[in-house]
Order: sequence, then structure tokens, then C-alpha cells
Amino acid sequence: MSAVAPIDLPIDKSTERQLKRGEKAAERTGLRKSKDKLTSRPATIAAILIAVLWTTPTLGLLITSFRPPQEINTSGWWSIFQNPGFTLSNYEAVLNGEATTVTLSQAFINSIVITIPASIFPLVIAALAAYAFAWIPFKGRNILFIGVFALQVVPIQMALVPLLSLFSRGLNIGGVEVFNGLGAGGNSYGQIWIAHTIFALPLAIFLLHNFISEIPHELIEAARVDGAGHGQTFFRIVLPLAMPAIASFAIFQFLWVWNDLLVALVFADGAVGPITKVLREITGNRGQDWYLLTSGAFVAMIVPLIVFFALQRFFVRGLLAGSTKG
Amino acid sequence: MSGFLKWLAGLPPLAQIPLVLLAFIAVAGLLIFFIEIAPRSGRRYTVIRVLVCVLAPLGIFFAVGSIWWAAIAAAVLGALFFVLDYRSKQGAGYLFQLVGFLSPAVLLLLIGLVYPTIATFFKAFMNGRGTRFVGFDNFAYVFGQEANRVAILNTVLWVLVVPALSTIAGLAYAVFVDKARGEKVLKALVFMPMAISFVGASIIWKFVYDANAADQPQIGLLNGIIQFFGGTPVDFINIAPWNNLFLMVILIWVQTGFAMVVLSAAIKGVPAEQMEAAQLDGTNAWQRFTNVTVPGIRSSLIVVLTTISIASLKVFDIVQTMTGGANGTNVLANAVYAQKLEEGRASAFAVILFILVLPIIIYNVRQIRLQKEIR
Repeated sequence: MSAVAPIDLPIDKSTERQLKRGEKAAERTGLRKSKDKLTSRPATIAAILIAVLWTTPTLGLLITSFRPPQEINTSGWWSIFQNPGFTLSNYEAVLNGEATTVTLSQAFINSIVITIPASIFPLVIAALAAYAFAWIPFKGRNILFIGVFALQVVPIQMALVPLLSLFSRGLNIGGVEVFNGLGAGGNSYGQIWIAHTIFALPLAIFLLHNFISEIPHELIEAARVDGAGHGQTFFRIVLPLAMPAIASFAIFQFLWVWNDLLVALVFADGAVGPITKVLREITGNRGQDWYLLTSGAFVAMIVPLIVFFALQRFFVRGLLAGSTKG
Repeated sequence: MSGFLKWLAGLPPLAQIPLVLLAFIAVAGLLIFFIEIAPRSGRRYTVIRVLVCVLAPLGIFFAVGSIWWAAIAAAVLGALFFVLDYRSKQGAGYLFQLVGFLSPAVLLLLIGLVYPTIATFFKAFMNGRGTRFVGFDNFAYVFGQEANRVAILNTVLWVLVVPALSTIAGLAYAVFVDKARGEKVLKALVFMPMAISFVGASIIWKFVYDANAADQPQIGLLNGIIQFFGGTPVDFINIAPWNNLFLMVILIWVQTGFAMVVLSAAIKGVPAEQMEAAQLDGTNAWQRFTNVTVPGIRSSLIVVLTTISIASLKVFDIVQTMTGGANGTNVLANAVYAQKLEEGRASAFAVILFILVLPIIIYNVRQIRLQKEIR
């Protein structure tokens, strides 16, 4: 599915408490001067070695993307000091690239247009459903919730082919037309917005339900006594309180949609193709043109990396969200 | 709706964002407003309720572009729903509220996941265009071809290798970093690959694995090292069956960060008293690790292994970008996509993938039911 997925499995209470305690401890070490922390030199060295090993491939890509094409093809990036050279022309070439159906700069805009609505739609719809599962008692609530939960493990490959034909051809049951397709043509983002929204729902409902069901009972009761209906309770009490959970899920959904390739390949035709799809195209057609590949990959990485470094704390919290409930 | 989307598609891309968001928020706001006034008594509210109950289904049917008498059926259903709601035991407006909260999500899930999943099961037994029943022909095709058997075998290998190795690497790093200076920065470096798309990660590693002829200068890092020590360069992504392992390294590289973050939180959550007690008993660091830390974080380890197993089963982007499934690196998720024009065969691949995921679904559903009973 995606590179980034929060824990989305049911976890027992003691593990939940343990993770929450650990998360708090980790956040404290950041604030406090680490004097009273037991550090050991071998552990530090081992950790630095692994970190360097993990970072080197990305560093190589970054350095290469700024080297002139002929240098890239004749010497390794690690010899940058023997073979110096700096250029921005790779970025120019790939952003206005003629090698692909849409230029990379157009694809960058497509990625933005796809990602922002596709992050907000599922959140609102999932928050509504999560509220009902948590605070409106009805028959079969548990069964329905478990059903929604089970759906998130179903590979989306199962849904791709029928959903695509549903979008383009509609649905007929026994000669009766139930749905006549979106019919919005090849240049519409409609298909991919809806597809991403649907595929995000099970996980979003599960995570938001975990959070919303932990809101103190008294708060909801007090609102009800004051004459608020479910609509007001949801809008005035639950939504503001659930903001941390909503924010961290929004980050994940944003990264998920931005980094997605599978849904884009199937549902984003021609002119609306996002950046991952265009990158995949360059890898296929110009697989040895490293000056295009390295700079293109970096253009695609820059937005998620900014989001990641700016919102790292929410990111880590969101990762543990399924287990620690805020 | 198709009219709206068509109109929207004609506008400049960036202008579409605010417009579609406004439209969506208007609809959602209206929904919440009607939910709020649903239980209020008084003739005016009753009239509004009747109108919504009849007009909403009508509107939906117009939005999806159905024919007239389907819309009339919707109106009848809407009226029936209103009567049921009015006479419901929990008070008037109860059903209305419940349906208002749940129906957007449930409808989308039915249309987008439940119906397609069931359809895929049927399509697996139909011919390529879905017009004729062919029995088990598609499965015979899948299991009959050497290349497809390789794809299934590879998927199993991914699930066996990737979760184990990334959990071990993540656990080791979590232990080291727990006692290291500059913990935050070190953690962020290993965690960073999670923010990069699989396509980006594949390009990064394609560059690491790049191979030139032996007499040429090498620009791939690994072959650069090999050349430095006087070896002959290896074409990493084309030598079957080892190339599978080199593709797995990419997913391990990404997932280690995830394992590290979760396990690091778990390790910090192990009570300090237990560690101190073990220390007083004169145990060394390795004994403390195997006898106190690992048992203490057992359930977190299971969660990490399960999550990465699901990710490995569904791996698609990496294989698609690196090799497109060539040279014996195909996996099930990629086979579904590669065969998408032959709907029957694609569905057969998808069904096999589903069967492999099924045990994980069943295990987790049992877990969550146990929890619900405790509460």
C-alpha cells in the first residue's frame, strides 16, 4: 500500500499503556539536557554507523542531481571533490521535460490538486461515521464496525478492476441502470479523488473511532442536557477535541496520496497524472538518463520531506495513534 | 455530479481545489444541519424532515444519472424511511440522525470496496471480458505458467524475509539509539525514508545498484566499492534469483524506521525497576536484553511484524519501478496490474493475494472482538 502507515491493529490495554509511556519518555528526552541519561560510547558509535548507512543512498541522489550530466556518467558521486561541478540545468531539463506525456512541473501541480481534496474528503466522512460508531447506540453496531475494520486489510488490488469499470461504464443490474458512470472525461480529477477517499475510509474510521470513543462520557452528556442534538455535539464538542487525531491522520493521508503510484496508474489518465506516475514513466523510457532521474526524484521527494521534518512530532504520534489513542 | 465534474475539469487545476472543497463542505454542513434539527418537534421541522427524506434519495439518483422510475422508487423508499423514523422507538429523528452520520461512509465503502471485492471473486471465474463463465481456467493459467508460479513464490519470500529483517534492524537500532547521544537526530535520519515514496526510494536504490561494463568507471555506489577492491561489477537487478533480495532491501530500508519508532517507544515503556532488578542480579547487557527487554515488548513486536507483513504482501510500486516484474522478480500485486486488460486473469491473481491476506484479517478480527467483549 504505502510507505507510511500508522499502526492499524487492535492492541491490548497493557501494550497500549507501555507505548504511551515510552512515547512520553521519548518526548521528554528531547526537552531535557541529556546529562542524566545513561549514554554509552559503543552504542552511540553503532547508532551513528547505521544512521550513515541509511542516509548515504539519499545523499548520493541529492549530490548527483546537482552535477553536470557528463560528470554523472563518467565518475561516481563520491568523487565530487576530485571532479567538481555544479549545475541547476538538470532540474530545468526535468521540470520542462519533453520525455513524458505531461511535464514534471505540470505533474507537480496535478499532485497538489489531487492530494489536498483527497486528504480532506475522507477525514470529514470518516469523522461522521466514527462519531456514530462511538456515540449513537444501534443494533449491529459492533458487527458493522468490525466489518469496516476488516475492509482495511483487503488489498486494493481486489477493487481496482471493477471500480474502474464502474467509473467509466456505470452499473447495470438486470438491465436496470443503477449508475451511469462519472462520464467526466479524461481530464477530470473526479475519479482519483473518489478512489483515494474510498480507500482511505476504513483506516480513517478505525483510528478516529479509537480517539473519539475515549472522549469522557460526561462531556457528551453535559452537551445533551444543555439541549444540543447530535449535530451540535459533533460539531462543537467532538470535532474540536478530536483535532489532534484528525491532524495526525491528515498528515498520513497527505503523504499516502502524494506518494501513491498504484491508484494513480489506474485512475489518473493522461493530463492529470501525478508526479509519481511521471517519474515511473521516466524510469521506463529514460532509465539511464541519471541527470533526469535524480533531479526528478528529488522534486517528488521535497514536499513529503518538508512535511515530515516540519511535523515530525505529529508524525510519530500519528504512527502510534492506532495504539495510544492520543 | 458528472455535470459538475465536467464543468470543474474545464477550469485551471489550482482553481479546482477551493471550488471542490467549498462544494464538499457545503454538502457536509447541510447534512450536519439537518441531523441537528431532526429530533426537534413542531410542524415546521416535520415538514423539513419529510422533504429531506424524499428529496435526498431523489437527489442521489439524479447525481448518479439514473433513469426516471428508479428515482420514483427512491422517493417511495424515502417516504417509507420517514414513516419508520417517525414511529421509531428511540424517538422521532433517531434513524434520520444515524443514517445521516453513517450513510456517506457506508455508501462509499459499499460502492468502492465491498461491491468491487465481490465482483472480483466472480470475475476470477469469467473470461477476459467478463462475458462467459470459464470455471477454473484462469486459476489453471495462473498455476500452469512457470512465470506466475515464480510470482507467487516471490510474494511468499517477501513476506518471510522483509518483516523479519526490518524488525531485527529496527530493534537493534532502537536499542542502540536508546543509549546514544543525539537520539532525536539519529532517529530522524533512519525514519526519513518513510516519508519518501516507493517510486523515489526505488530510484535512489536503482542508482546504488547501477552497473557499467567492467572497463568503464562505475557510478553505482555498490559497484564503485566492488571496483575499488578490484572485483568485477555485478548487475544487481538482473541476476535472478538474487535480484529479489536486492529489491527487498528497498522495503527493508523503508520499514526499519517504522519498526524502530514503535519498538523504541515500547522499550522506553518497559518499567525501569525490572531493568534495575536484573542488573542487581548481576546479568550482563545481552542477558538483560533477551530476558527482560524482549519479553517486555513481545506484543509490540507482533504488531510490527504483522503491519510489515501486510505491507510486504501488497508490495507493488518497488517492483513496478525497478523491473516491471521482469527477470523473475514479479509479485502478485504487480501481476494484477500487469494483467489488468485480461480481467479474468487479473482477478484470479487478486483472489490469490486475498487468500494470502485472509489469515491476517481473521487474526485481527478475533483480537478486536475480544477487546469489544472486555469493554
